[in-house]
Amino acid sequence: MLNAHALRQLAEPGEIINMRTLRFLLQKEFRQIFRDPSIIRIIFMMPSIQLLILPWAADYEVKNIQLSVVDHDHSQYSRQLVNKVTSSGYFKLQDYSGSYLNAMQHIEHDEADLVLEIPADFEKKLIRENEATLFMAINAINGVKANLGGAYLRSIIQDYNREVRLKWVQLPRFNPELQIEVTSSNWFNTSMNYKYFMVPGILVVLVTMVGAFLASLNIVREKEIGTIEQINVTPVKKYHFILGKLIPFWILGLLILTIGLTLARVAYGIVPTGSLLVIYTFAAVYLLAVLGLGLLLSTYTSNQQQAMLLSFFMMMVFILLSGLYTSIDSMPAWAKAITRVNPVTYFIDVMRMVVLKGSGLKDISTHLFTVLGFAVVLNTWAVIHYKKRS
Amino acid sequence: MITNNTAIQAETLTKRFGDFTAVDAISFEVKKGEIFGFLGANGAGKTTAMRMLCGLSIPTSGKATVAGFDVYKQTEHIKRSIGYMSQKFSLYEDLTVKENIRFYAGIYGKSDAFIKEKTAFLLKELHLEAEANKLVRSLPLGWKQKLAFSVAIFHEPEIVFLDEPTGGVDPVTRREFWNMIYKAAESGITIFVTTHYMDEAEYCNRVSIMVDGRIDALDTPAQLKRTFEVRSMDEVFLKLARKAKRAAD
Repeated sequence: MLNAHALRQLAEPGEIINMRTLRFLLQKEFRQIFRDPSIIRIIFMMPSIQLLILPWAADYEVKNIQLSVVDHDHSQYSRQLVNKVTSSGYFKLQDYSGSYLNAMQHIEHDEADLVLEIPADFEKKLIRENEATLFMAINAINGVKANLGGAYLRSIIQDYNREVRLKWVQLPRFNPELQIEVTSSNWFNTSMNYKYFMVPGILVVLVTMVGAFLASLNIVREKEIGTIEQINVTPVKKYHFILGKLIPFWILGLLILTIGLTLARVAYGIVPTGSLLVIYTFAAVYLLAVLGLGLLLSTYTSNQQQAMLLSFFMMMVFILLSGLYTSIDSMPAWAKAITRVNPVTYFIDVMRMVVLKGSGLKDISTHLFTVLGFAVVLNTWAVIHYKKRS
Repeated sequence: MITNNTAIQAETLTKRFGDFTAVDAISFEVKKGEIFGFLGANGAGKTTAMRMLCGLSIPTSGKATVAGFDVYKQTEHIKRSIGYMSQKFSLYEDLTVKENIRFYAGIYGKSDAFIKEKTAFLLKELHLEAEANKLVRSLPLGWKQKLAFSVAIFHEPEIVFLDEPTGGVDPVTRREFWNMIYKAAESGITIFVTTHYMDEAEYCNRVSIMVDGRIDALDTPAQLKRTFEVRSMDEVFLKLARKAKRAAD
């Protein structure tokens, strides 16, 4: 009896038992995951819904701008101008207003986004003085719409201006004003299709949500129901428990990525220009980082509600400060600094580089090592903070 | 002195959280195969003391050994030698009866053959054969508690810690539960149990009563009743617990 425990320890070859313990933990975890209907829904429904619906809404092109025209001139030229504007496809002629005040009312009632006022002597001035002025008023409540709407209108008017000049200027005569015309071609996304740009980014957000937040919710749930206490009094070691949690969600993250890439191909015809191997290599490392984050979240929260709220908050920051919707280059310096400590930024960048440009491992190596750094820091922090004893 | 016959030994074991002394220099000894009742009002420090003995919490000062292992340095050895059932229900509700047994036995390093053989035996004994492949969630509370106890001693530990194991269970099931405890004790497992039911205290070989972090009384139930000149453990408990200055949590 005295040597009972000594004997037992002799009978237990350490490493073999450890691998076996991990196997039991993984078996339990997978059983629980695939038995939970809400997880199944998240795995299959979330990518489908997010990838099939969101990219259509996340389009920067502004269409259907409501235009209110105040034409004091009623000339041939003014009618031509309005015609040109409305036939561009971006504007919808809301109405012809008799006066500027009248048109302003439409703006106030949110029925018009833009007012174009054509002065009474527009045609006359254009012909006699070779120049004319137009007035444009923009409803700037929706900043994006106002900006782009104004720019579209300006370029249409310029275009019209050129046409008019061309008609007047006789061939042998030179244009008195030199003009530089800029033409551009869009590389890597020739048709400027926003879906090519958004779908890879949204996919990253999906993978992040599964990696970081499902994992942290899962761990916190064990805290909440008290089973973690039970595990803590067993010989299961800290790293066993953590690996038992991380491995299933690591696999789940790669599964979501696969589903997402398949959907992107089927629904939008997006086939990565670069190699899938590069994407998966990066994703494998990236998932280690976000899983570390999930683990860290779970050590700082004691119930699922807290974890959920914290996740929600972090997700907002992650999405808005990752360059998914807005360009990082136009952010203020402090916001740029935040995007640099946001792992999502790097994956979105890599996804776009590989999917659109066909970048290889060498091109993304800086990103890869940065994210690897995140993985090491976050996991170390989480493991230190995850206490088995108090 | 730790003898061959000692399962748990504590000497001036203390746990402080800041200024608050949750467990105040308790000393006691539990013999092998004994059913030791660990009583006290809510907030008296029972759970904290138990957590230290299980290796979940590091003592502030004092000495203790569990199954011959030191609570400071040999917690991993302690964990291999004990079973634990907490007042919170601790089986996985979304796993079946069989899966729970297999999981817990597995993480204690039991072989597949051992697990298979003993599971069959246990299911038969608990009359749970028909429920073996049902989720634990679907079992009545009393069955869950009995199953949790069986799982806690499945790996044949030297000592099992039971933290209010019969909370919320009907009297008939409580009776059956105590029969299981007796059976386990007969097979040589030391039982360390906390309870609020004084009739259960009567079933113990010896009981200790904690008041404000200290052990105020420790003896057989019969001897305690004699000392305090009362007829039941209920009265012993009330006499001691009334002295408590600490508010219950």
